[in-house]
Amino acid sequence: MSMELDVFVGNTMLLDEEVYKLWLDGYTVGDAVRLRLEGGVLQECEASEEVLHSDTMDQFRTFQMCERFLHCPSKLANQLLFQIPPHRQAMLIERYYMFDSGFARELLGKKLSKGTKKDLDDVSAKTGITLKSCRRQFDNFKRVFKAVEELKGPLVENIQHHFLLSDRLARDYAAVVFFANSRFETGKRKLQYLSFQDFAFCARQLISYWTVGSVDSMLEGMDVDLEKEFLHDLKDLKILITDKDMLDQHKSLVCAALRGKIKVFNEMEGNFKNLSRALVNIAVKLTHTKDVRDLFIDLVEKFIEPCRSDRWAVGDIRLFLTHYTSTAHKLDTFRHLVIWDRYMGVVKSCILKMYHD
Amino acid sequence: MPGKLKAKIVAGRHLPVMDRASDLTDAFVEVKFGNTTFKTDVYPKSLNPQWNSEWFKFEVDDEDLQDEPLQITVLDHDTYSANDAIGKVYIDIDPLLSSEAATVISGWFPIYDTIHGIRGEINVLVKVDLFNDLNRFRQSSCGVKFFCTTSIPRCYRAAMVHGFVEELVVNEDPEYQWIDRIRTPRASNEARQRLISLMSGELQRKIGLKVLEMGGNAVVGYLQCFDLEGESGLVVRAIGTACTLEKLSNSSAAAPPACNSPSKDIKEPPFSEDPNPNTHSSGPSTPLKTQTYSFSPSKSYSRQSSSSDTDLSLTPKTGMGSGGSAGKEGGPLKTLLRQQTQSALEQREFPFFTLTSFPPGFLIHVGGVVSARSVKLLDRIHNPALGNTRSYKLLDWNSFAADEPETRDAWWEEIRQEIKSHARALGCHAVVGYSESTSICEEVCILSASGTAAVLHPKFMQEGCLDGYSDPSRLSRQPATFSAGSEKGEFDIFPQSKDSSAALGLEEPSPPSCGFCHIPYDELNIPFPAHLTYCYHCRRQKVPDVLFTTIDMPAEAAVTGKGCLIQARLCRLKKKAQGEVNATAISNLLPFMEYELHTQLMNKLKLRGMNALFGLRIQISVGENMLVGLASATAVYLTALPTPGGIQIAGKTPSDITYEQHISNMQKKINDTIAKNKELYEVNPPEVIEEVIGSPIPEPRQRSRLFRSHSESSDEVSELDLSHGKKDAFVLEIDDTDAVEDIHSLLTDTPAPAGFYSCNTEIMPGIYNWTSGLQMFTSVRVFRLSNANLTNQGLNKIFNDLCENLLKSLYFKLRSMIPCCLCHLNFTVAVPEDELIQVAVTAVAMTFDKDQAQENWKLGADKTHMKAIVENEEQLQFPLELCTESPSTNPFSPCRGTGLQESANAHATPRAASVDYSSFADRWSSWIELIRLKAQTIRRGSIKTTSSLEKASPLPEGRSRSLRSTRSYAGSTVAVVKMTPLSFIPGTRIIKYLGIINMFFIRETTSLREEGGVSGFLHAFIAEVFAMVRAHVAALGGNAVVSYSMKECVFMENPNKNQAQCLINVSGDAVIFMRESELEATPAPPQTSCSGGEVTT
Repeated sequence: MSMELDVFVGNTMLLDEEVYKLWLDGYTVGDAVRLRLEGGVLQECEASEEVLHSDTMDQFRTFQMCERFLHCPSKLANQLLFQIPPHRQAMLIERYYMFDSGFARELLGKKLSKGTKKDLDDVSAKTGITLKSCRRQFDNFKRVFKAVEELKGPLVENIQHHFLLSDRLARDYAAVVFFANSRFETGKRKLQYLSFQDFAFCARQLISYWTVGSVDSMLEGMDVDLEKEFLHDLKDLKILITDKDMLDQHKSLVCAALRGKIKVFNEMEGNFKNLSRALVNIAVKLTHTKDVRDLFIDLVEKFIEPCRSDRWAVGDIRLFLTHYTSTAHKLDTFRHLVIWDRYMGVVKSCILKMYHD
Repeated sequence: MPGKLKAKIVAGRHLPVMDRASDLTDAFVEVKFGNTTFKTDVYPKSLNPQWNSEWFKFEVDDEDLQDEPLQITVLDHDTYSANDAIGKVYIDIDPLLSSEAATVISGWFPIYDTIHGIRGEINVLVKVDLFNDLNRFRQSSCGVKFFCTTSIPRCYRAAMVHGFVEELVVNEDPEYQWIDRIRTPRASNEARQRLISLMSGELQRKIGLKVLEMGGNAVVGYLQCFDLEGESGLVVRAIGTACTLEKLSNSSAAAPPACNSPSKDIKEPPFSEDPNPNTHSSGPSTPLKTQTYSFSPSKSYSRQSSSSDTDLSLTPKTGMGSGGSAGKEGGPLKTLLRQQTQSALEQREFPFFTLTSFPPGFLIHVGGVVSARSVKLLDRIHNPALGNTRSYKLLDWNSFAADEPETRDAWWEEIRQEIKSHARALGCHAVVGYSESTSICEEVCILSASGTAAVLHPKFMQEGCLDGYSDPSRLSRQPATFSAGSEKGEFDIFPQSKDSSAALGLEEPSPPSCGFCHIPYDELNIPFPAHLTYCYHCRRQKVPDVLFTTIDMPAEAAVTGKGCLIQARLCRLKKKAQGEVNATAISNLLPFMEYELHTQLMNKLKLRGMNALFGLRIQISVGENMLVGLASATAVYLTALPTPGGIQIAGKTPSDITYEQHISNMQKKINDTIAKNKELYEVNPPEVIEEVIGSPIPEPRQRSRLFRSHSESSDEVSELDLSHGKKDAFVLEIDDTDAVEDIHSLLTDTPAPAGFYSCNTEIMPGIYNWTSGLQMFTSVRVFRLSNANLTNQGLNKIFNDLCENLLKSLYFKLRSMIPCCLCHLNFTVAVPEDELIQVAVTAVAMTFDKDQAQENWKLGADKTHMKAIVENEEQLQFPLELCTESPSTNPFSPCRGTGLQESANAHATPRAASVDYSSFADRWSSWIELIRLKAQTIRRGSIKTTSSLEKASPLPEGRSRSLRSTRSYAGSTVAVVKMTPLSFIPGTRIIKYLGIINMFFIRETTSLREEGGVSGFLHAFIAEVFAMVRAHVAALGGNAVVSYSMKECVFMENPNKNQAQCLINVSGDAVIFMRESELEATPAPPQTSCSGGEVTT
């Protein structure tokens, strides 16, 4: 004796956001029912587990039928199969594309290939996110990536336009796409302490200041790639460390500005040349694709770690980098100020974001 | 050449990939009507083709226009092999044939394939140019309007109600033709869909002709059904009520004062101020009695020979009608009025009305439920005489009626005769709320008909009557009196004014709030034992103690508290058998089932402390090894009827002490339940002295109004005395385990959770303040009984649980809408296979304002202004709302997380879309000013004040604009289409009926598992059906379907073969509605709003 068939269809799609979340999280119907029971849904409305099971089944089925429209969110608005009020459509899309930052952190900078997809069970095991959910998130990454990688114009707007996402989520996707495209190394042990949001912040900085689109945002810009010309010009910054006079002058200017203002003045003074070399060398190396990928590991190894071992406070770093950047303007023979500011602006924000435990 | 049909194929979108190599499709379209086919060019390599074709023109007879659908097939061009079909769209062009309905069909239609479901969409434009044809002998009936709605449609008034129309058409089922063995399932399904579409078209045309003959112009309460008789064919039959409808124009609509004043007139008699407080309680005043069942088994329920069948079916035509009635009635006729009506109705073969709610004053008395069932063997039509003729394309069964006695027409005729005589026995000359249904299993078919015996006012039926009154004042008032379906709800009902009712020959005027309860039959000649009292409302006439009806509660009825859904559920096992034996077995079981269902209903009614049932629907379905019975009704406490007594339990062996205790425990439980229910449903009748008037029957008895019979042959009324013999129904005796089970099942009926109400009628008695939340839904469950040796009790419990759990599930799913009411909650049961029970339900959940409901209830009780409140409240209160509107109309208020409230605001936009003051009359422009003012307060967007020349142009222009604006507001291209099984949408006014929607779909799959099993398959199919209905309505320019129903849902599966098939038939009325708040921008002349509203949209 069993229920052979059990369906409920509303003229307007009836959905429970909580159940939608359980579905997105990749739970089986059984697990979802258990979680709903634990969540106390029955307390607010007298019902049996049977009722809950039937309701969960119905909704899971509905979501499954809806999934193909969610793959192309613009279709959701003009499909005829389900009548969904606009604000619900937005919710469905937003939630569908929302991802776990833990998952995104794992995938950041990896090639969105079949091989990566195969390894998702490791990611699932590591993050505790169900494999089903991992696959959905991976597919979302890949879908967004494919859709916008060749497109011109601002990356965030492209994503928003194609996938009808909120501003915030579109920005996060922009970071994912940007990292996947440039394949930045993020998986090294030394970088493990960094969260997805740290990287997403850095990505936004890079997108905003170092890409083609950042120069003329209106036209023909490609937000996905770093501007080649700019990277090439960074070579010119080498003079800051190769020219001894300039290096000394830079040091004295910085020291003068910071004297008495930071706690680690002595360490700074002693280490100035190393730090300056590190920052300039990173810039100079960025012409090579491989070194671009290592940008973050370099920042950590060459700058953040030395500072951390000297117990610099974040405020100290901020002051140092601010003056380190601005005093370059006072160097008589240094002419590459535009490039310098463009470079240091981003590096400074990234370092500040990344400088934590 | 009476008509030219024009079609244009604009574009497609979201087409499926048909060419795997390119991941694209080379699509083209075939447009077919009758035998003419046109093709578009191939639009290569696109999933979103833009054909933008020329206008394809078909020159056709209007007869064909009515019968045939326009068939659009989308194909994928293939150079080397046959073109692959992507899918089809059938468009019923009937709505274009009526001048008042839609003028163009334009929109996106889902492309449907019976194997793959919806595969993309196609944009089509269809128009019809009709030439006037004055040929009197024409076969077409273009222009006759059809409505599924079982009341007078909201923007019309009934000038005349002509009466019953019926027709049926028979054909071979393509599924059972020899060719089906060699063609694909797709071809077979499509043949079937097309045939049914043709047959319904033909049926509608024929009914239309009958209506024209009667002098009417519309069919209201149109009910079309399919009987899939398998081998023996396919029957499409329909019944309806022919009317002459007049569109409510500005001038004829009553002025607002007129619609408010009657509320004073109909003030309830202040019975609560009765000086004599109640001294005796109306509680269990009846002694313990055992129940016996007076059904005489000697009566033959088996099938009779066909010759006697013939006799009966031929009788009515020779006018047994009036003669029979005279004999039956015997006693003196009650009033002159009745005589008048009688004669008006006697002229008709069947004085039946499929309507369930009526214009005020139409329904005078209600007698009770009348029903008849008959068991037939379908193999009878394997008749050599028919062999030749049935190969015709379409065979009209009627034409063979003369020489073929065993036709379905005759079967139905026989049943209708029975119904008629039952009604007459109740002293009634008419049957209202009439419906017919069948249940088929293999070659056995149960035909059922039921309705409510009633006495009607003649003025709506006979034009002659109107002239019969000399009183000139009456004559002058008639237009208003007759405005039946007006939204304003004119309450100018004649019985209110003494002089006019006297002119009509009424002995005593009955207040409308209780008049219909008064017994229509003669007190001295009661057709069955009854317990009569003086009306508790007017105290002038007699009323029964319980009233069962199949109609909706009259709007003006006085009720106490709220109503609730009551269901009686029953299963009976039967042996598997064939042919006559099987039919006999079923016939023998039927009376017992009806008896038991009736007992259950009665007990459950008492348990709720209520005294009347509305919308009673008893369904008995037959399966191979069981019969399933389900009765649903809405119980209410009618103020006019006496307070029901409680339920007493009696044990048979009073010696045992533990047993006694057990019984007293149960008794206590029952008493508690009654008390709880009274509180829950707010049934607090004013205490009155019970005056039991001497009934002519020696002992006052429980009165039952279920008249029924199962005879196929005898024309004697086989009246079942369901009154438990000489015993009282209040007493339940526990003499065996059965009875214990019964009581248990009584008590296990869990009430709806807090905040929920449910009913199976249009409106819930006691709830008057609906808000905009609306969710129509369909739920289907199939239960497999795997246990081979089930008992009746076991089966009953399973079935009972199935229904209860389904209800619980609904409550749970819709919990976010609380406080809400599930309306029109009608269950359909079927026994599709040996061990399967299928229950399907389509209903609507509507939110209401709890606090205001209370207030309004008081308000309503003051005015006794029932129906009016639902519709009028908005307009009456409008001035108040003007300032507070914005928050209340905002459908996206965060507290309603579900978003069930579809964008009411969407309608705010079109309101100010085109306003050109210059050419408007002064009052109009001032009115529009007001609208505009209001629009500004509500709208968030900008106001576009375009001065357009079309502003005064006919509706279509305005409508399309309104839809466009809706779209742009919603940010999507899909217009919102509401669906509801009710005839109205709360807080809105229907401004135009666009035509009937009657669609039949088949879906089949050979990859059941891949589609998510049976549930996944059916879920997708129902969603697709909804989508197609919505698309058709939107294409007609509508924004809602009212009176929607799913009349058929036949599901078959073969999991071993990974296959399943499902047939669904849905119907409803496509309409355009507008929010009252938009229409009634000014409390001033509301009638201008109708046309004015159209202009401004």
